[in-house]
Amino acid sequence: MSIDKKTVEYMAHLARINLGDKELEKLSTQLDSILDFIDTLKKVSIEGVPPTSHALPINNVLREDSLAASLPAEKTFSNAPSRKNNFFTVPKVIE
Amino acid sequence: MNLYSLTAHELNELFKAKRAKPQEAIDSLNSRIEEVEGKVKAYVRVNHRSQIDVKGVPVTITDNICTENLFTECCSKILEGFKPPYDATVIRKLKDAGTTIFDLKTNMDEFAFGSSTENSCFGPTRNPWNTSCVPGGSSGGSAACVAADEAIWALGSDTGGSIRQPASFCGVVGLKPTYGRVSRYGLIAFASSLDQIGPITKDVEDSALLTNIISGFDPMDSTSANIPVPDYTKSLGIDIKGIKIGIPKEYFVQGLDPEVKILAHEAIAKLKSLGADYKEVSLPHTEYAVPVYYIIATAEASSNLARFDGVQYGFRTKGKIQNLIEMYKETRGEGFGEEAKRRIILGTFALSHGYYDAYYLRALKVRTLIKQDFDKVFKEFDCIVTPTSPTTAFKISEKAEDPLEMYLSDIYTISANLAGIPAISIPCGFTKDNLPVGLQILAKPFAEEKLFTVAHAYEQNAGWYKIKPKL
Repeated sequence: MSIDKKTVEYMAHLARINLGDKELEKLSTQLDSILDFIDTLKKVSIEGVPPTSHALPINNVLREDSLAASLPAEKTFSNAPSRKNNFFTVPKVIE
Repeated sequence: MNLYSLTAHELNELFKAKRAKPQEAIDSLNSRIEEVEGKVKAYVRVNHRSQIDVKGVPVTITDNICTENLFTECCSKILEGFKPPYDATVIRKLKDAGTTIFDLKTNMDEFAFGSSTENSCFGPTRNPWNTSCVPGGSSGGSAACVAADEAIWALGSDTGGSIRQPASFCGVVGLKPTYGRVSRYGLIAFASSLDQIGPITKDVEDSALLTNIISGFDPMDSTSANIPVPDYTKSLGIDIKGIKIGIPKEYFVQGLDPEVKILAHEAIAKLKSLGADYKEVSLPHTEYAVPVYYIIATAEASSNLARFDGVQYGFRTKGKIQNLIEMYKETRGEGFGEEAKRRIILGTFALSHGYYDAYYLRALKVRTLIKQDFDKVFKEFDCIVTPTSPTTAFKISEKAEDPLEMYLSDIYTISANLAGIPAISIPCGFTKDNLPVGLQILAKPFAEEKLFTVAHAYEQNAGWYKIKPKL
């Protein structure tokens, strides 16, 4: 077994996703078989092999720190599910 | 003659000769949509029309590429109602080139998570060749609407095959350009080291034309390559005599549908008859591509999708909640579909303390080996030819309950994303059930010209592109 229900529940918490009981049950079984399949990677000898996080050799792309136009506030806030003037509103954070 | 059935280069000719007007092309597409969209369901939000700026050839866009003031929801409930405040770079380039951005977006798997376009909050798209089959995915809506003549040409996105596999299933041409060839600015990110936008078209000439328009360096995407863009249409109509093609033996093994295998071999024989030389080659780490992909892609997705939290855009839970964390959890629990949750949680796991080395870092290292396999072959060969997918389009809901089985349908396309190389899928015939089969051609980074040359030579000689589905 590669992953148990408790671990899936914890990962869902880290990812900030609520799962129903049935969902958690189903997902745990599915993820376990997916991870079993992924475990075939253990067969590969990776000693001395460097990791590839990007396929192209692009590093440290820099640009001039210069002034440029940005989106106007009204446009930026136009999709907010909840706003007050030019602020996003969220449930109370501090008790 | 119906304008909707034409390619972009044919329409351009008509416009130039003043034998048709851009508005007539839009009208023609709309009447075609009226006629067949009920069967295909390639588009989303079909009741929201706002076509204003009609200039040149209309181009159709998937639901994950930002179009200013046009719904862009990634076919996910969590982006419900999202109208981007800006255009993606590819959209700006298309507008600058004088095309019309068609006002309907195409269906896709939610956030491009899938291979069948069944994971869409708008419901599945159907394959124009057989409406009980899937069109492939994730850019299934784009492939289906091009095949069904509901679009002239279209854009899609390809993270593990999401342009090529649906192009193969729908009998059209789909290109995943080299990583960095096309700006990702405004493409709603799935896996940032793998995603590329690319064209889905009726023929290879249109593919070259559309690639011309969308390619190039963009300061807004730090991973876009500052390498000059050639005129890809100059790669068409060139003799392929002496071109060296590698046929990877690992792609012709168990799991490959016998009819697909025969058609792929016939296509290779045709390329030989056109003067190409071919030889069997080996890409020994092929079997690891799918597991590597499902670690890297989900890890990157778990990070990219953290931004959907019900604060800046899209959906927020209407449920009773006590605090901010609960709001996040409820919003994401309700807003994401099943496959999105599966991938975010798998990716979170692969990146989490205690599992990072065993999964994520190991996958990055095996990715290096997969890339090196290609580097080695391309030292000696101009391109690699394989089937695009091991099967033809499968039935709707056939694989919906088995995620692993679904993941394996991308087994031939995923490696190109991991290695960052360009790959094209072109039609190479039909099975006895009259379902299209795709041939994939791969080349080294920034060698799209080779792909267009070989693909065009084959296409013009084989002539499959002339056959259209009966709807």
